[in-house]
Amino acid sequence: MSFSDEDIQAIRLTLAVALRAVGVGLPLAIGAAFALSRCRFPGRALLGALVHMPMVLPPVVTGWLLLLLFGVHGPVGALLERAFGVRLAFTTAGAALACTVMVFPVMVRAVRISLDAADPGLEQAARSLGAGPLDRLFSITLPLAAPGILVAVIVGYATCLGEFGAVITFAASIPGQTRTLPLAIYAALQSPGGEARAASLSLVSMGLALAGLLAAEACGRALNRRLGRAPIR
Amino acid sequence: MTLSVAITHRFADSHLDIRFEAPEAGITALFGRSGAGKSSVLAAVGGLFRPDACRVALGETILTDSATGRFVQPERRRVGMVFQDSRLFPHLTVAGNLRYGLRRAPPGPIGFDAVVELLGIAALLARRPHSLSGGERQRVAIGRALLAQPLLLLMDEPLASLDDEHRGEILPYLARLHRTLRLPTLYVTHAMDELARLADHVVLLRAGQVVASGPIDELAARADLPLARRDDAAAVLDVRVLGSEPGRTLIRVGSGGAHLLVRPGAATSGDRLRLRIPAREVILARPQAAALATQTSVQNLLAGHIRALVDDDPARAVLVEITLDDSAAVLLARVTRDALDRLGLGVGAPVLAMVKSVAIETMD
Repeated sequence: MSFSDEDIQAIRLTLAVALRAVGVGLPLAIGAAFALSRCRFPGRALLGALVHMPMVLPPVVTGWLLLLLFGVHGPVGALLERAFGVRLAFTTAGAALACTVMVFPVMVRAVRISLDAADPGLEQAARSLGAGPLDRLFSITLPLAAPGILVAVIVGYATCLGEFGAVITFAASIPGQTRTLPLAIYAALQSPGGEARAASLSLVSMGLALAGLLAAEACGRALNRRLGRAPIR
Repeated sequence: MTLSVAITHRFADSHLDIRFEAPEAGITALFGRSGAGKSSVLAAVGGLFRPDACRVALGETILTDSATGRFVQPERRRVGMVFQDSRLFPHLTVAGNLRYGLRRAPPGPIGFDAVVELLGIAALLARRPHSLSGGERQRVAIGRALLAQPLLLLMDEPLASLDDEHRGEILPYLARLHRTLRLPTLYVTHAMDELARLADHVVLLRAGQVVASGPIDELAARADLPLARRDDAAAVLDVRVLGSEPGRTLIRVGSGGAHLLVRPGAATSGDRLRLRIPAREVILARPQAAALATQTSVQNLLAGHIRALVDDDPARAVLVEITLDDSAAVLLARVTRDALDRLGLGVGAPVLAMVKSVAIETMD
């Protein structure tokens, strides 16, 4: 099994895109999970539905919607370009955005399960001990949700490595910029005699996915043990 | 600092209308069945529950006043809370839990080492909450609340989730705490032994209303209150140890001028001791029986007068309040209507209360 420079580039690009996608998505996912788990407000059900949409929509539809919104002529895309000179469609940042949107539901779910499992009585106790809202968030709520947050990061990251439909629709398949592993595998399969290349890249993909899942399981178990809880299934 | 509380609130199926004042030092017990509103009162004082109308003031400081809209956030009240289910933070060690409130509180008189020593938790400091027994958890929870340097301590049935063995393990710590810190405390319970052992002041609650409120020794001996209807009804007397009797195995204690002989415990001369004298263990006699009593095994003869009689019909018995002649203390006796009639005793009659020493529970 040998890799060309282009293959190495695709692997590194994939890892970088996934890192950006999770980095941007995690704080938002924690915020959304917190709102869905702890707050009662009008439109909560709608927020829940919107967050989970990418999970049930065909990825190509999600990609196309992103293109409509963030494309060069889309309302948000045009605004970003004019205000900051930032272009998302057909760029590496765009690939990361597509990944973020696709793995967002998975990440929100993982954090939310953890928040739901944490006893709100503990936050009351912290309150009676003099901890204000932000203090409680960082000293109690987030540490208690740590197993879920960790699972969100690892599963989110691993899922990003495999995003295809939304990425190719929104960011296209530009070598070195948006051609991540799955896109590179697809391109290899489309070119004559590319099966061997596709096979070796697929093995890399499988290895990464497996490592991610095993890491999530191990970390979640260790953290839950620390908290004295049964593992979250 | 006196705590004054006034709460009205309408739940779906019940109504709270509770007002009382708790004296500045010592333990005020909120006593009543489940559903009487005890825990709601505690949560309202702590600021974790906001009733329809509520006024809570600690001394000059108003914590909640729904009339003016004033509401001090729970985290700024400096009110320590101990919950039934301890609520220790699972991601912190015992030491981390203890320091959680300490780090966030202004400097105060309650020191880390003193609390650890007082509650006997030095060996637990490095452990995590899930590895502790129920009794240990509650001791840590109490320590954590104390170290937040509270001006007022709220305890919501802190022993209810424990079995008898662990209750017995923790009660002495609570009594010690009470004696050493003199922190004003609201203590919710429905257990008679906790009430008799710990409370200085009692607020009796029933179905969202205050039935009576006052010092424990007064309320425990009131024949007209629900406390006296219980099978384990008993007078509570705070006495001073006078010394051991030469040549005898009992110790002498005094409440005012009235003396009693009780079994010795750890207490020594000059110590304060609390006695519990069960109503059904008190024998009533005419005053002239004193001469005869020396021929019996009864050790304590207390002269007094009958203050009140209340029928305790289900038991075909009468509850008798007896004021002692040489002391401010009041005893409670449960005797049959038949016995009273036979002796011809009525309200105002002089009477002799006879109590066996073994029947007196001593609590130090």
